[in-house]
Amino acid sequence: MSVSKDQVRHIAKLARIAMSDEEIERLVPELNGIIGWVEQLGEVNTDGVEPLTAVIDQKLRLREDAVTDGNCRDEVLANAPEAQHGFFAVPKVIE
Amino acid sequence: MSELTTKTIADLRDGFRGGDFSAREIAEQFNAAVAAARVLNAYTVETPDDALAAANAADKARGNGDLGPLAGIPLGIKDLFATEGVDTTAGSNILKGFRPPYESTVSGNLRRAGAGMLGKLNLDEFAMGSSNETSAHGPVISPWRRSGSNVGLTPGGSSGGSAAAVAADLAPGVTGTDTGGSIRQPAAFVGISGIKPTYGRCSRWGVVSFASSLDQAGPMAKTVRDCAILLEAMAGFDPKDSTSLDLPVPQWEAGLSSDLNGKRVGIPREYRIDGVPEEINALWDRGIEWLRDGGAEPVEISLPHTRYALPTYYIIAPAEASSNLARYDGVRYGLREEGVKTLDDMYGATRAAGFGAEVKRRIMIGTYVLSAGFYDAYFNKAQRVRALIKQDFRQAFEQCDVILTPTAPSAAFGIGETTDPLAMYLNDVFAVPASLAGLPAMSVPGGLDGQGLPLGLHIIGNELDEQGVLNAGLAIEERAGFTARPEKWW
Amino acid sequence: MADAGAPFRIEGDTGEWEVVVGLEVHAQITATASKLFSGAATAFGAEPNTQVSLVDAAMPGMLPVPNKECIRQAVRTGMALDAKINRWSRFDRKNYFYADLPQGYQISQLYHPLVGEGEVEVLVDDKDDSSAKTIGIERIHVEQDAGKLMHDQHPTMSYVDLNRSGVALMEIVSRPDMRSPAEAGAYLRKLRAVLRYVGSCDGNMEEGSMRADVNVSVRKPGDEFGTRTETKNVNSVRFVMQVIEHEARRQVELIEAGGTIVQETRLFDPDKGVTRSLRSKEDAHDYRYFPDPDLLPLELDDAFLEECRGSLPELPDAKRKRYEAQGITPYNAGVLTAEVETARWFDALLDAGAEAKQAANWVVAELFGALNRRGESIENNPVTPAAAAELLRLVADGTISGTIAKQVFEIMLESGEGAAAIVEERGLKQTSDTGAIDAEIDRILAANADKVEQYKAGKQALFGFFVGQTMKAMQGKANPQVVNERLRAKLG
Repeated sequence: MSVSKDQVRHIAKLARIAMSDEEIERLVPELNGIIGWVEQLGEVNTDGVEPLTAVIDQKLRLREDAVTDGNCRDEVLANAPEAQHGFFAVPKVIE
Repeated sequence: MSELTTKTIADLRDGFRGGDFSAREIAEQFNAAVAAARVLNAYTVETPDDALAAANAADKARGNGDLGPLAGIPLGIKDLFATEGVDTTAGSNILKGFRPPYESTVSGNLRRAGAGMLGKLNLDEFAMGSSNETSAHGPVISPWRRSGSNVGLTPGGSSGGSAAAVAADLAPGVTGTDTGGSIRQPAAFVGISGIKPTYGRCSRWGVVSFASSLDQAGPMAKTVRDCAILLEAMAGFDPKDSTSLDLPVPQWEAGLSSDLNGKRVGIPREYRIDGVPEEINALWDRGIEWLRDGGAEPVEISLPHTRYALPTYYIIAPAEASSNLARYDGVRYGLREEGVKTLDDMYGATRAAGFGAEVKRRIMIGTYVLSAGFYDAYFNKAQRVRALIKQDFRQAFEQCDVILTPTAPSAAFGIGETTDPLAMYLNDVFAVPASLAGLPAMSVPGGLDGQGLPLGLHIIGNELDEQGVLNAGLAIEERAGFTARPEKWW
Repeated sequence: MADAGAPFRIEGDTGEWEVVVGLEVHAQITATASKLFSGAATAFGAEPNTQVSLVDAAMPGMLPVPNKECIRQAVRTGMALDAKINRWSRFDRKNYFYADLPQGYQISQLYHPLVGEGEVEVLVDDKDDSSAKTIGIERIHVEQDAGKLMHDQHPTMSYVDLNRSGVALMEIVSRPDMRSPAEAGAYLRKLRAVLRYVGSCDGNMEEGSMRADVNVSVRKPGDEFGTRTETKNVNSVRFVMQVIEHEARRQVELIEAGGTIVQETRLFDPDKGVTRSLRSKEDAHDYRYFPDPDLLPLELDDAFLEECRGSLPELPDAKRKRYEAQGITPYNAGVLTAEVETARWFDALLDAGAEAKQAANWVVAELFGALNRRGESIENNPVTPAAAAELLRLVADGTISGTIAKQVFEIMLESGEGAAAIVEERGLKQTSDTGAIDAEIDRILAANADKVEQYKAGKQALFGFFVGQTMKAMQGKANPQVVNERLRAKLG
């Protein structure tokens, strides 16, 4: 499979990275090079092989239900580019 | 006063405890060395006061006899670890000015063991790179140069600042992280040791994520023993990381032994690949002989899916990264591009300005392989192949105790020399399989190539067998007699 | 069982249409103190961003650790809905960008949900047992809630509050088994009742603990399913029914006018009672689900599952059957089991020794009437189940009449005194003293000789008049049975 310019534009949009036409055009052959290269995995017979789910075999641990965190608004907001009245502020969203 | 910056952590520790010198003297010498080596661009932030404060505390504690295992030892911390109140950027513009209100578990463990911090170490942006050239802080310049050349070389990556700092005596030991070779390849490039432990040994909490199923912290230092000392302090169960291993930390330093009698060393035939310089294969052969000399029996093994490891990695790692890096959106911290009207425009502009070319490339690949209609063909396929790679190792470790390979397919290259992304990715061809399988692996220096540059040997161990890896590393270290140092030009 | 009455149909120009409805209900796991993957609190109504941990704010390097109680409550809920519990499940990431989603992905379960297929039996008309219908549950998965955006505080900015970010939700996905607004309403009410019995979710729709995504399509009866639309975040049973009604009509009109339905997300405007398209948000939707690499597979062992099952309370259907077996009418049994608080109170009443049928009649007629009048909830009313049982006992053993019981109950509500004490103090005991009763009857018959004549001439209805007069003269305290007997004897 190879990716088209439109696909690259669509992926950039999905990834929320603004790109100029020139950037997209530069990326098309680069991505096609990489994608073509990873497609050699198609040679591997993986019939009946389950995808790996845990690198080291262990079960998911669960924690007890207790309030141990939060109540730290100053820390949460400390690095915010824009914080007002205890909220993060972003350009207006129209739903 | 003798030159303390050239000493190993073990020697600094013992000398400090024995009263040969104070922790303050150690910290002052390293602080001075750091300040005098800015041309290398190894540090992104210098924290001399932090190192001094820890040193003063260590000197005070020495009187009471109540010393942490790393009391008096100042360390460099890769800038992927969140450090409370100290800029943590992951080498990216998108985290410009980010000061975490928290300390990563691993760096916190080191602090609790008594270590001070010399500063934050430069790295490839979000640890994506094998040359440290993708950093928003600019490339790190290796202290090593080719014989008779002034060409600036890369220290490898992504832990390039970490590697350069140890090699140039700007820290006796450092933290690194390894997703697909980011500790081992730079360690090999600058002639030091570095170990990536079993996935889950070191907590990932507070380490900026690149690819969660692969990321693992580990130490880099001058010797195998120093790596053991640091890893012991870094590792440990952390309930805040769901993938952390709930196991006691072995006493790796106390367990060090270069006697390999009864051990079998696997030599994977698939690691003899075309295009690797003969010098590297020759070093590999020397390594086999050193281990035989240490008492081990070399056995040929097969890891049949080796050649698929790199393409597998370049699906899984970008896929995870594309999702892990979605949080850098200009809302809660880091860069925000102003002057845009809508939220989506703010996202697009912020991420366009904040991420460098390699990070964008990987986010794009990762987004593509997860997108509708491609998930099974790419991501799931890669996870199946990954299961086969894991199985290869499982079967191999029925025939051997450790595996020996070269660390990297070349010695350090010049800054700007490798521009093709695929050629760059090939740097990690030997390192990536162990990452995909979550296995402990380390690089130790083996010798110099014809141009006077260090080459590393790579030891892969079975799950949880860091001790076996360290011991094989020690056996090589004792026999390789690697004492070469970069000539100080900075 | 057959549907009650005529099936719900939309009359179009081209004939009758059937509506097909599936619901995705998002129920907050309100049983837990902390969030699904962080230790921050979940209480409703806190100051903005005060119930936010560094994990919830998706600070770099922060990692999720799942809350055991959230998993337990979701498993118990699945069991209560007769669903398959998957011993092996996984969390997946659903990737999309929005200002209320700090991680840039929601941790959810697509590929391997915690709970598989189950079912719910509903009564579309609770007065009609033949209106029963089984609605299939496709799956229940556990996921994180998002934060909240506020648009009205600033002219050019939206404000983000992350207090809800990371709160645990169960998404309960039904099969497209509902065929009318009424069926959807009955399903939601039943689901809400089960959740509240189990205790996993308080079902408080005003506070957003429960909300539904409503999938609606239309077809000619017997045809294949049509294309569906999904109306998001509808937060009351009434609104869900309105959405179905409106959406079905809109789709029929559109199709009959030659248009086609597009699969899309819509939003409900409760003020206007209409839905509108959110197509603007659709064009780039590709959630790129993949297993969350920060979390391992979730495996449940026997001990955990046994504890979950063992801790389940008696559920509405079982309780209802038990009540009916105790002689309670199906209607009363339905009313008594609809709300968990009512059932709990009623069970306590039975435990205190009340006879089931009498108690049910009294609760539904007397207690509910009084609570309505007084604006009180059953769990906060001044009469305890034990006190009510005492009152009912006095009626059952003939100590007081039903009429006096009403008076006594009113006094109990006001004063909080016990029934026996009230009866004793105020001399309200019923009398079966035939001497006293006979004396009164003789007096009344003498005073109403004309009516006695009429009665004897065949006007039987006057018997009631004589009973009433006698009871009145005895101030309601005469045993009505004795009064009846004596009157019959004297009137011949």
